Amino acid sequence: MSWNDRMAGENDPVVARALRNFKASVDAWSNAAMSRPRAASAPVRHSWRLAAGWALGCVLAAGSVTGVLYERQHKQEMARIAAARAAAQKAAQERLAAEQQPAIETDQDLLATVDNDISRAVPAAMEPLAQLMVDKQADDSGTQ
Amino acid sequence: MTADAAEEIAAQEFSRVVETNRPQIFRFLLASLRDVDLAETLTQECFLKAHRNWSRFRGDSSPLTWLMRIAINLQKDHWRNRRLQFWRNTRANSVDLDEAGEWLPSGERTAEQQLLAREEVKQVWKIVSNLSERQRTVFLLRYVEERELSEIAQATGLSEGTVKAHLSRALGKVRGELRGTR
Repeated sequence: MSWNDRMAGENDPVVARALRNFKASVDAWSNAAMSRPRAASAPVRHSWRLAAGWALGCVLAAGSVTGVLYERQHKQEMARIAAARAAAQKAAQERLAAEQQPAIETDQDLLATVDNDISRAVPAAMEPLAQLMVDKQADDSGTQ
Repeated sequence: MTADAAEEIAAQEFSRVVETNRPQIFRFLLASLRDVDLAETLTQECFLKAHRNWSRFRGDSSPLTWLMRIAINLQKDHWRNRRLQFWRNTRANSVDLDEAGEWLPSGERTAEQQLLAREEVKQVWKIVSNLSERQRTVFLLRYVEERELSEIAQATGLSEGTVKAHLSRALGKVRGELRGTR
């Protein structure tokens, strides 16, 4: 079948009329669309965009405020925890110090007693000499 | 001639091209997309692209054929992008076939003729919407824009043989549909 045979549809009166009407319809629609006032549809899209912009802005603002509040609360909470931890640490240190103090005193007393005992514990053979030294010290202090 | 004067002449020349060819480009895009807003946007884009490349236009084809080629490419890009955005309704703003078929020039016709014409137009719209993208482009360039085969071949970048093949298939579908309903 040749190209002309295949395109014979163009000469078919029904097809030709339908194609003519189709072209006329597209022309009419196109002319009407071109001559329509441009502002008719623009504000709709603009207002839609404006609304979307506002919504997005509000979401961002709300997010920022929430973020700031959360941050602030978080800081306060952290400060409270830190203060409680410091207080607990201080109390523990004080308790430890209080527990250790009597022990130290006891140790010092014990050492003093031991020193005293050792200083007195001279051999029996040296006892008269030690007595003499005590007596001499007493004499010296008496003559002065 | 100074560079400023040459630029001025080129700008005036381009303005005339826009004025002369804008209705055809818009009509072709409107018929292809069935969306007035989108057709307007793509028409603007088409002339913007043409303006940027005006200095490179060598005049091998007519300005209209060159502009049609740009418009066809923009339309292809649009469909490609839309296909990727699968979650969107592809034809969200396009009018339905019945609404598109309502447009008819107010000629001296009887009410019956008007009704018959509307029905035919709706049928052709239905067939056109079911054509492949390439067949539709070729069909619209031929029967709405009334371009010659050689111009269609230049605008689409297809060989004349391929254009003929697409046209005969599209026309066959139109004939079959119109004849089948009678």
